[in-house]
Amino acid sequence: MNIAVAIDDVRHEALPSASEAGPAPKRIVVAYGFWIFLLSDIVMFSALFAAYAVLVRATAGGPTGAQLFNQVSVAIETACLLASSYTCGLMSLAVNSRRRAATYFFAVVTFVLGAAFLALEIREFADMIARGATPQRSAFLSAFFTLVGCHGLHVTAGLVWLAVMMAQVAVKGFRASVERRLLCFALFWHALDIIWVWLFTVVYLMGVRP
Amino acid sequence: MTDARYDRAPGDSSISAEAEEGTLSGVRVYTIGLVLAVILTATSFWVANTSLLWAPGIPLGLAVLAIAQMGVHLVFFLHITTGPDNTNNVLALAFGVLIVFLVVVGSLWIMANLNDNMMPPPELMNLHMQH
Repeated sequence: MNIAVAIDDVRHEALPSASEAGPAPKRIVVAYGFWIFLLSDIVMFSALFAAYAVLVRATAGGPTGAQLFNQVSVAIETACLLASSYTCGLMSLAVNSRRRAATYFFAVVTFVLGAAFLALEIREFADMIARGATPQRSAFLSAFFTLVGCHGLHVTAGLVWLAVMMAQVAVKGFRASVERRLLCFALFWHALDIIWVWLFTVVYLMGVRP
Repeated sequence: MTDARYDRAPGDSSISAEAEEGTLSGVRVYTIGLVLAVILTATSFWVANTSLLWAPGIPLGLAVLAIAQMGVHLVFFLHITTGPDNTNNVLALAFGVLIVFLVVVGSLWIMANLNDNMMPPPELMNLHMQH
C-alpha cells in the first residue's frame, strides 16, 4: 500500500510536459491557429491606424474630425459593442455546459447588439457623406473611412458567422467541430472589441483634439 | 482528463464549465470584466471632454486607459493568463504587440521627421492643396 502511494506520487510529479505528450487535442491546435490569424489581423489594423495617425491633420481644407464626429453616437456604439462582447462570453459559457436555449438566447442578444452597432455606424457614415465628407475629400477622410470601415466589415462578417453558427447548432448540435468553430467565433468577437477600444480612443477621442 | 499538461486553447477558461459552479464563476469573471471595461470607457470619454485636466497630458492618459482596457479584455474575456499552459498564447501575443508597436511608432516617427525636414514652404503648400 505504501508502495502504491509512492508510485502515485511519482506519477503526479512526473506528469509529461506538453512537448513530450504527443500531438495536442484538435481544439487547442485550432484555437491557437485562429489566435495567430487574429494577431496578424491586428497587425493589418496597426498599418491602418498608423496611416490614420499620420494623415489626421491632412484635411486639405475640408472638414476636420472635431466638426464631423458625434461623441454621443460613438458612446452608444461603444456600449453596444461592449455589451455584445459580454453576451458573447455568456454564450461561450452556455456552449461549454451544452445549454441549447441559453446559447440561442445569448447569440440573439449578441447579434442584435452587433447589428445595432453596425446600423449606427452606417448612419454616421451616410450622415458624413451627405455633408460632403466623402473618402475622396481629403487624405484624413480616406484614412478614416478605410480604418473604421474595415472594422465595420469585420463586424459584418462576424454577424454572418454568428448566424451560420446558430444554424449549425440547430442542425448538427453541439458536436466537437461546431464547438471549435464557436470558440473561434468568440475569439474573433472579443478581438473586434479590443480593436474598437483603440478605434474610439485614437479616432474619436484623440482625433477631435485641436 | 488527460494525463499530459497540454497548453490551454486561447479563449478557454481554466474553470471547468461542466459543473454548475463552473458556469457561475465564469459569469462572475465576465461580469467583473464588463464592469472594469465600462469604468475605463467612461473614464476615457470623461478625460477627453473635461477641461479640468492638463490638456497636453490628455492623449497620453487616453493611451494609458486604452492599454488598461485592452488588458481587461485579454484577461477577463479572452482568459489569457500568465500560467505555464498559456505560454504559447502569451508569446504569440507579445510578438503581435511588438510588430504593432514597430509599425505605429515607426510610421509616426518617420513621418514627423519627414514633415519637419521636407515640408514645402507655405506658398508651395497652398499650391499643393488646390489640386
